[in-house]
Amino acid sequence: MSIIIHKNTKILVQGFTGKIGSFHAEEMIKYGSNVVGGVTPGKGGMTHLNLPVFNTVKEAVDQTGASTSILFVPPTFAADSAMEAADAGIKTCVAITDGIPSHDMVKIKRYMRRYPKDKKMGLVGPNCAGIISPGKSMLGIMPGHIYKEGKIGIVSRSGTLGYEAAQQLKDLEIGVSTSVGIGGDPINGSSFRDIIEKFENDDETIAVLMIGEIGGPQEVEAGKFAKENMSKPVIAYIAGLTAPKGRVMGHAGAIVSAYGESAIEKVELLKECGVTISKNPSVMGETVKKVLVENNLN
Amino acid sequence: MDIHEYQAKKILSDFGVKIPTGGIVYSPENAENKAREIGGSKWVVKAQVHSGARGKAGGIIICNSPLEVADASDKLLGKKLITNQTGPEGKIINRIYIEEATDIKHELYLGLVFDRSSESIMVVASTEGGMSVEEISKEKPETIIRSKIEVAVGIQQFQAREIAFGLGIESKLISRAANTIIGCYKAFSELDATMVEVNPLVVSHQDEILALDCKMSFDNNAMFRRDEIAELRDKTQENSNEVYASDRGMNYVSLDGNIGNIINGAGLAMASMDMIKLAGGEPANFLDVGGGATPEKIVKAFKLISMDTKVKVILVNIFAGINRCDWVAEGIVQALSKIEIKHPLVIRLAGTNVEKGNEILKKSNINYIEASTLEDAANKAVKALG
Repeated sequence: MSIIIHKNTKILVQGFTGKIGSFHAEEMIKYGSNVVGGVTPGKGGMTHLNLPVFNTVKEAVDQTGASTSILFVPPTFAADSAMEAADAGIKTCVAITDGIPSHDMVKIKRYMRRYPKDKKMGLVGPNCAGIISPGKSMLGIMPGHIYKEGKIGIVSRSGTLGYEAAQQLKDLEIGVSTSVGIGGDPINGSSFRDIIEKFENDDETIAVLMIGEIGGPQEVEAGKFAKENMSKPVIAYIAGLTAPKGRVMGHAGAIVSAYGESAIEKVELLKECGVTISKNPSVMGETVKKVLVENNLN
Repeated sequence: MDIHEYQAKKILSDFGVKIPTGGIVYSPENAENKAREIGGSKWVVKAQVHSGARGKAGGIIICNSPLEVADASDKLLGKKLITNQTGPEGKIINRIYIEEATDIKHELYLGLVFDRSSESIMVVASTEGGMSVEEISKEKPETIIRSKIEVAVGIQQFQAREIAFGLGIESKLISRAANTIIGCYKAFSELDATMVEVNPLVVSHQDEILALDCKMSFDNNAMFRRDEIAELRDKTQENSNEVYASDRGMNYVSLDGNIGNIINGAGLAMASMDMIKLAGGEPANFLDVGGGATPEKIVKAFKLISMDTKVKVILVNIFAGINRCDWVAEGIVQALSKIEIKHPLVIRLAGTNVEKGNEILKKSNINYIEASTLEDAANKAVKALG
């Protein structure tokens, strides 16, 4: 199995009829994702890309049985759309949107807490590349063909650095079970820990590659979780060795503001947790391969 | 986005936080008049630059007459203030804030930030005002009080009281102190702030609770709904290349090295900088042109990098996904037909249609060094420095 999305996962596109939503919906359909329709308030009843458009997520879920959504709604309305998805019974929502205010993210996360655990939506992103389970389904904006089907779980803040990793693995003929982009914002839906826990519980995944960067506590929290709870090896690369303190490096969340948030500190703390470090971004694939060999997993 | 002290004070006072009487001036002549208008017998002349540690750098001067105020303002206006936070180039002083001097009894620290672990707003306070929060956590960690606020209901009176009592404030001043804390919280939560810092917050001999120095930062992502904050931006306090970039939707940070970078994606940009460092070089900048790397963005990026006089070599590293390498390569060729680049240029393309992309570059008449991997690109860029 893969995690979060599988061959038949029914997908809704929120912000379906917009330029970006349309483009990526088409790419997902070409890849083989089971897109069942979309939501654009005020355009319900239309057909777009040969699929039905609904006014509300609730209506779309009722009529299509969709369990998953992907969000291309502009930042001004994104928080509202994510909460609408949570209320409509969507299980996983991937927010691609870049530029959602932090105060809105805090609000979304509080809102999601009102649902009991079995009905609570999982939010991935925002400001992320999305999720792909190679050969099965793509719920994101990545170039699908660089991912080979296989057994490595990837979780990355950065989109392009995640692609870089997938390509390096493919060049070594190593495949990916699922790759999840959690996004570069300071407050995000799913943390590294949330995702590696899913990989630990996935039969197919044999090792996890975690691609982090400066800023925030998430990488180290995931490392601690791995040390205490994981049987599968974790390999990590942390970007931002040369990033100056106190400056935002592109991603709103990539800023060193406390102890343990710089790349060097994160690397040290992760090593203490037994995580294997890829010493530079050029050898992420090779490091994974080495760990597989060492653990007789290849 | 950062704002000036006087702007932060105005905002906080609108939320009920008490501040000393003061006013902003742009010339020494106005400074003298402003001092008379404020009244009293002692004034503080404060250089308005986006930096802390202004006092140690000579940016804050205590004066005993309006004439001294004028002299002090004359000394500061138009100069660059170099603090331990501004870098060696310093920041220009265009505005002076003049304030009545405060008769300080205690100096306290009060700060509000997002706590990324608990995803709530955290109030941080300490009895050790005047020191930076980093210094306090290092030297007097036992004095730090932290209180997480449930954002759905906002700060409660009891939480503010607890902090105030924790700071050792006398009973008769507790409600005043609590209201100050609540005011700061409201400003933080209602204006999309990412940081509010009052340091020091003082108790005066006249039993007033005053915000003596304030700093506020705001979420750039929220500016679409905060016109009143967006207009407080002072571009003279930012690096001019960074302003050029941010106004054109690019993420750019100026650094000290000499290898200029053009990269798509923030993570890949940081990773490329790391590779340059490991190869023995120093990056001149961080530049993320966005995941898309459209030809227009690439033209702008080359313009931006060529404005940086430190740059001796340019490294382009694009991982093309949906936007295929051939398209990106055409963008690069197009950009270089518009801008003359005098420095060695290393280009590494990866991802979709990489062969086609490299083919286009080779057939064009641009003079460049082709690289295959991240490591190869970094090594070649460092070697090209000569």
